[in-house]
Amino acid sequence: MRRSLKLMAASSLFALVAGAASAQTELRMMWYNDGIEGEVMQSILDRFEEAHPEISVTLDVVPYQAVLESLPIQLAAGNGPDIARVTDLGGLSEYYLDLRPYVQDPEYWETNFGPFLDWLDPDGDAINGFMTQLTVTGPYVNRTLFEQAGVDMPGDGATWEDWAAAVNEVAGALDIPIPMAWDRSGHRVAGPAISQGAMMFDADGNPALVDEGLQRMAQLLYDWHQDGTMSLELWGSVSGSSYLGANEDFANANVVMYMSGSWQIPQFASTIGDAFDWWAVPAPCGPAACTGMPGGAALAAIGDTEHPEEVGILMDYLAQEEVLAEFYGRTLFIPGHLGLASSGIDFDTDDPRAAHALATFAGAVPSISPVAFALQGYPSNRVMFNALISRLNEAIVGELTLDEAYARMEEDIANQLAESDR
Amino acid sequence: MAHADDKATGIGDVLQNVVAWPIRILFKLIDYPVTAIQNVIGIRRMPWLFLLPNLAFFGMFVIIPLFMNFAYSLTGGTELFISERPYTGGEQYGFLFDCDNYADPISCREDRFWKGIFNTAVFIFFQVSFMVLFSLITALVLNREIRGRGFWRAVFFFPVLLSPVVVALIWKWILLRDGILNAFLISIGLDRILFFVSPEWAMFWAVFVSIWAHMGFYTLILLAGLQAIQPDLYEAAEMDGTRKERVFFRITLPLLWPNMLVVIVLALIKGVQVFDEVYVLTGGGPGTATQFIVQYIYNTAFTNQVQNFGLASAASMVLGVVLFILTLTQLAATRRRDND
Repeated sequence: MRRSLKLMAASSLFALVAGAASAQTELRMMWYNDGIEGEVMQSILDRFEEAHPEISVTLDVVPYQAVLESLPIQLAAGNGPDIARVTDLGGLSEYYLDLRPYVQDPEYWETNFGPFLDWLDPDGDAINGFMTQLTVTGPYVNRTLFEQAGVDMPGDGATWEDWAAAVNEVAGALDIPIPMAWDRSGHRVAGPAISQGAMMFDADGNPALVDEGLQRMAQLLYDWHQDGTMSLELWGSVSGSSYLGANEDFANANVVMYMSGSWQIPQFASTIGDAFDWWAVPAPCGPAACTGMPGGAALAAIGDTEHPEEVGILMDYLAQEEVLAEFYGRTLFIPGHLGLASSGIDFDTDDPRAAHALATFAGAVPSISPVAFALQGYPSNRVMFNALISRLNEAIVGELTLDEAYARMEEDIANQLAESDR
Repeated sequence: MAHADDKATGIGDVLQNVVAWPIRILFKLIDYPVTAIQNVIGIRRMPWLFLLPNLAFFGMFVIIPLFMNFAYSLTGGTELFISERPYTGGEQYGFLFDCDNYADPISCREDRFWKGIFNTAVFIFFQVSFMVLFSLITALVLNREIRGRGFWRAVFFFPVLLSPVVVALIWKWILLRDGILNAFLISIGLDRILFFVSPEWAMFWAVFVSIWAHMGFYTLILLAGLQAIQPDLYEAAEMDGTRKERVFFRITLPLLWPNMLVVIVLALIKGVQVFDEVYVLTGGGPGTATQFIVQYIYNTAFTNQVQNFGLASAASMVLGVVLFILTLTQLAATRRRDND
């Protein structure tokens, strides 16, 4: 009898547990990592699950390439995750969930994420998510090499040409193989091109990539690859719009100046540390501006989710000021939350180089050109970036002349936009 | 002793029965429906029944996607589902073949498609020629009575077992600016070579790595062919005092020719499909120097923000036609060999 009772109790408990388990909603979050943000997000999600036992969240960490190439297909097929960390902010807007009915206080979202909500939904006023990081493109220099070479670093207002001359002097004095390196990315070229006067759009707001400003920048990049200021290894060694960075070469002191962006800070803090003075410097100037490109990654809710209420609960939790303060502070990311941006973040670092870099990039935000913001907010900006990078690359390696490359850039953009408008 | 044998046989029988029992049951279970079907459709149509699972699998994963691909090639836009895509007829094919001068890819609307074709042709020419040559030489050497023959056979076959991505990463590691090869060049007083920024070097290494990775497979086919040649022929030639070159050209090569043909056609098919190794090794660069036709299709369909499935499908169909012709050639060659 006692045995039967035990058996009954055990089966009741099992049924309860099984029932509870089956009642639990599972959400999937697609995520990629630049640095340690995956770990930080996981620890926050663990706390969320403790506070909301009815919801479990699986963090699917994938390579960045999968976010760029596989996620759009998954979303088009209706098989995407519930939430995804994306960088093609406006390009995927048709697949996002409008969280407005599901978040507790839409006004909080509008107040704190207002300008960035437009990046996610350029044509509407939806609340789709929030920025996990705001990024600003800009260069880093190896200050130790400047000191060793006895060369003064160009100061505020220095042009790209000034920097090119200075880094060549340093590289020449110390036999450094790569005086200057840029990420192989259209987004990275766009800021300096705007500084040179590129307007990116015509008077009607249609994309107009090739103008005198862009040609000036393209000519500089072309010349730097011919005279050895930049190495062909980065831009010349692959085809198409493939991204390549010079992180490792910069970390190994093979590069004097590296044009990248604020997202590298946590990585440099951990990989370089105090091995040398890696130093963020303000965006060099051109005739029109001294600007980098804004950008960033957003955590966006996906429209095909079967659990919009639960997604709303999770997004509300993650978007809280104290949660985001912890996230930005631990990851060393520039906050995409206006309240935190004005009150300041207590960054979890005692590395003076990281602190200086964060201050430099955050301080660069007010000087970002409106053209750069417009380009970042343009949903098809990757069409422009890809045309720019791939055709300029073909000119740099000698397959096209610069004029042929300009013509091809415009054709590529026109063809792709026409295809997407069908 | 006889008693022990009897005992062993007895245990063997028991084991055999134990193992065979479920199989026998299974066959009986299958036998009833199969007999019933045979009564309905007749014995002459029974082979179709046995082919059905394979045909279903083949149809699901080859035939249906082939028709879907063709259907996609007649549509435009960026929608994923074919029902939502606008019909454009042969427009995508028109884009591909819109050229002022086919010999000059830059004059074509889809210049990268034609560069891909041109690069693939160059790759195939060198890769297939050298692959067949080196495979033949290796097979001839491995067919001789050399010390450690089994070991050498394994060594040459081992790269075939590796994933193409692994192969490419290993070689990339060797060939980079600070890679092993450059370290060696510097150590012997030579200058560093940036292999991936030179179109010629990049193509050379694409061909070389591909040969290195696949040669073992083709060597094995040729080795099998060599071992099938009757030793009497060589003995007769030796007795006649025939020169070694003459033996090779008059006995070995003609008798090996059917295998050679299979190797050439298979290598051609594989060469047209080249993508993964080279994509990881050179990324298609520098510029578009090692961008092959499959990479063009991949880029067009997946890496651009505007994912042009229609154009990529049209290019796939063109590639499919080339592969179909090569496959027919292989089938014809195999048939001729069987008839011979």
